[in-house]
Amino acid sequence: MTSLQDPLSHLQSLEAESIDIIREVASSFQRPVMMYSIGKDSSMMLHLARKAFAPGPIPFPMLHVDTTWKFREMIAFRDKVASDLGLDLIVHSNPEGIAEGMSPFVHGSRVYTDVMKTQALKQALSAGRFDCAIGGARRDEEKSRAKERVFSFRDRNHRWDPKTQRPELWNLWNTRIGPGESVRAFPLSNWTELDVWTYIHLEKIDVVPLYLAAERPIVERDGALIMVDDDRIPLEPGETPQMRSVRFRTLGCYPLTGAVESEASTLSEVITEMLVARTSERQGRVIDHDGDGSMEDKKKEGYF
Amino acid sequence: MDPRFDANSDNIEEYLARHERKQLLRFLTCGSVDDGKSTLIGRLLHDTKGIYEDQLAAVEGASKKYGTQSGQADLALLVDGLRSEREQGITIDVAYRYFSTEHRKFIVADTPGHEQYTRNMATGASTCDLAVLLVDARHGVSVQTRRHCVITSLLGIPKIIIAVNKMDIVDWDQSVYDSICEDFKAFSSKLPDREQHFIPMSALEGDYVAEASEKAPYYTGPTLLELLETIEIGGQEQETPFRMPVNHVIRPDLDFRGFGGRIESGVVRPGDRVTVLPAGTESRVERISTFDGDLDVAGAPRSVAIVLEDEVDASRGDMIVASAEVPATSDRIAADLVWMHEEELQPGREFILRHGTRITPCRIRRIIHRLDVDTLESVEANSLALNEIGRVEIETDSPLVFDPYEAVRGTGSLILVDRIGNWTMAAGMIRGKATEARWTATPISGADRIGEEGLVSADERAARFGQKPATILLTGLAGSGKTRIAAMLERALFDLGRVAIRFDGTTMRKGLNRDLGFSASDRSENLRRSMEAAKLINDEGIICVAAFVAPQAGNREQAKALVGTDRFLVVHCSAPLEHCRAKDPTGLYAHAAERDLDGIPGISFDYEVPERPDLELPTHQIDPEEAVNRILALLSERGFLR
Repeated sequence: MTSLQDPLSHLQSLEAESIDIIREVASSFQRPVMMYSIGKDSSMMLHLARKAFAPGPIPFPMLHVDTTWKFREMIAFRDKVASDLGLDLIVHSNPEGIAEGMSPFVHGSRVYTDVMKTQALKQALSAGRFDCAIGGARRDEEKSRAKERVFSFRDRNHRWDPKTQRPELWNLWNTRIGPGESVRAFPLSNWTELDVWTYIHLEKIDVVPLYLAAERPIVERDGALIMVDDDRIPLEPGETPQMRSVRFRTLGCYPLTGAVESEASTLSEVITEMLVARTSERQGRVIDHDGDGSMEDKKKEGYF
Repeated sequence: MDPRFDANSDNIEEYLARHERKQLLRFLTCGSVDDGKSTLIGRLLHDTKGIYEDQLAAVEGASKKYGTQSGQADLALLVDGLRSEREQGITIDVAYRYFSTEHRKFIVADTPGHEQYTRNMATGASTCDLAVLLVDARHGVSVQTRRHCVITSLLGIPKIIIAVNKMDIVDWDQSVYDSICEDFKAFSSKLPDREQHFIPMSALEGDYVAEASEKAPYYTGPTLLELLETIEIGGQEQETPFRMPVNHVIRPDLDFRGFGGRIESGVVRPGDRVTVLPAGTESRVERISTFDGDLDVAGAPRSVAIVLEDEVDASRGDMIVASAEVPATSDRIAADLVWMHEEELQPGREFILRHGTRITPCRIRRIIHRLDVDTLESVEANSLALNEIGRVEIETDSPLVFDPYEAVRGTGSLILVDRIGNWTMAAGMIRGKATEARWTATPISGADRIGEEGLVSADERAARFGQKPATILLTGLAGSGKTRIAAMLERALFDLGRVAIRFDGTTMRKGLNRDLGFSASDRSENLRRSMEAAKLINDEGIICVAAFVAPQAGNREQAKALVGTDRFLVVHCSAPLEHCRAKDPTGLYAHAAERDLDGIPGISFDYEVPERPDLELPTHQIDPEEAVNRILALLSERGFLR
């Protein structure tokens, strides 16, 4: 074995790569913004951004696209983090969607996601004239993401076209864009779910308590365990929420996010459960199962 | 999900501690269409339990729709991502896959095998430490196999594993396996040396991928997965000199200024002497600052912020390097390009070049040659088409600070971006300064076919002329007496009945080298062409007396290698600068002082004093007659004059 002066573990290598990408964004773009979705990946990405610019502050704002259907605990967590770290946090919801009373229960997940997530995101990016949005997507999440670039090019309408994506060699990022065009940058591209959890554990990063098991009011819908987070969820006749010990592997809008039954109430226990798990994390997301290739279609429309 | 983790008996904290220390190996898979790449990766993911049940279920569903393995789950479908590709049954872009074992985390760059997708292979290869090249046992080493082998070599992947796949279809026939290995070795021996391994396997049935098998008793080596887990990796990038391109300057207040960047090469410690290039400012490392506190040592590929002891001005695009071993700086470089765009590259075209964190306009001065990847010959080319590879000379607006790609990947690589459309047009591997590359350029294919054996032997010439040919390079500052001594030496040889020709830096520029100026690169080229001519003259048995400033030690070494080490003599006219300036026989120094001219050796650029000349002539102390006598004595002593 070569004796290294400073041997890097895989997590240190991934961290170094992510920090380099985040710094690249800050140096190359006029108006960057970091997406903050409150989930574990966002929490980790925020942590990496703090590392990239320490001892200075993060030189760009954070953007949360609030669908108004997020878990209440997520919103509380978001506000606390923003205030503790003194973040420049922008929160945007689609005003037209709110005016129409957009609900996943009434309008279905496809329309709802388009209006409250995809359209809302485009509104916020256009309003802020952001030329680069940093997202926490990982290539291991879903098959169509395996070919996603670290710097993913979007046209004037925020659309992703597989044919216009540029080859990426070494770490020589091509960040050049024309007027009105933008880039989505993915510093976590090469992390896997297990890497993220291990890193969170190692670095003691705070995450939303919903990731840990607790007794929560649950109804079962098409086999998915849905948490009754507020009274906007229409209960079927005779349906009553059951208290069950559950946790969430991913966090999004509560009506679209299935819980898993679990007793893992600490981070170590969560990782233990994951190490023996037999299903992938996106399984809890209703959106990916709308049709074979559905993520690919949503990305073309401008979804992250 | 890790099969080696037992929730009942294993301690999670211990497991995590182990997991946190894993190494990372990035590897590339390549091979022709239908050689079974996707199946192999699917097999690796499946056998290392990197696939979840719902993904497997989705694949089983999709297998019925698109699958080619009737009945079984088609593991290839695990990795074929975009719908359009799945329908066509081909992979059209680089995809990245992840799996891990007890010892390592793996990032797999899965690249397609189509001829027209060289671009994707180069992309995937650029970040990899190892390549797995699949060969279909039925078809053997194909044009595609050779091509992929060449590209991985050009992109500097240090290790390669040749997976001879589909051995089940040829009944695990040893002779088939052996002949493929032999064919491959015969071809790869023409490329620079690197570590190579061969494994027979069936990705479809899983033999020798993750699980050992008895189907090939003649193969006693490890399975592919065992090899991937144990092959020595990493470290190379810490063994080369310290290099860190500045990515982002962190300056939260007046008390802190850190140069943020990723270390591309070497290690750095507080107290190290470093130089900021291209400015050339020296300082010492005061601190290596990170969010988690200062470090005592940091090595590639870590991202850090470096605080220097002095108030040094550096910004994004600059490079901080070890003062003891600085890289080359030049605005004229030679690079091998992988051309990635439908529109052909023509000489004269302008681009935006990115190298490290530096971004500068550039121009392609000329295409030196195209590489025929099938024959490995350099062929003449006026353009480069999509997926072609060629060597070009690039002129940049601001100078690049670089190492040759083969020495340091991170500081030897570049991309070219279209000025208007912003598309990434080419990837480049820097081979050196343009002029240095000229010294070692391989002749264009066909050049060796012309010409006939001479009918006069070297011995006959020596007998006729009474001499063995040599090139005597008189080097020294302007005004050191080279030209005068050269003229008198030629006269003396003539009077002795010998045959000599005299070259002079100035006279060469009147004809053969009339297109060259006085920049460092043009001086180098002036010397190179003159030495090519000297070589021809020596081949004819004639002595060449050559008076050139030849300020660069490297160029003099190259000249010696070109002409022939046994017939090249360096004679240093060592009069110091003050003496030359005072004497100023041609009025050059006075003229320069008046007009503020560039290009005066010893003033506007360094004259590198020869360390071990064959003869040193203190021309400020001895007269030219004495100098000539000493050279004649040297020629006799070395047996050039009888």
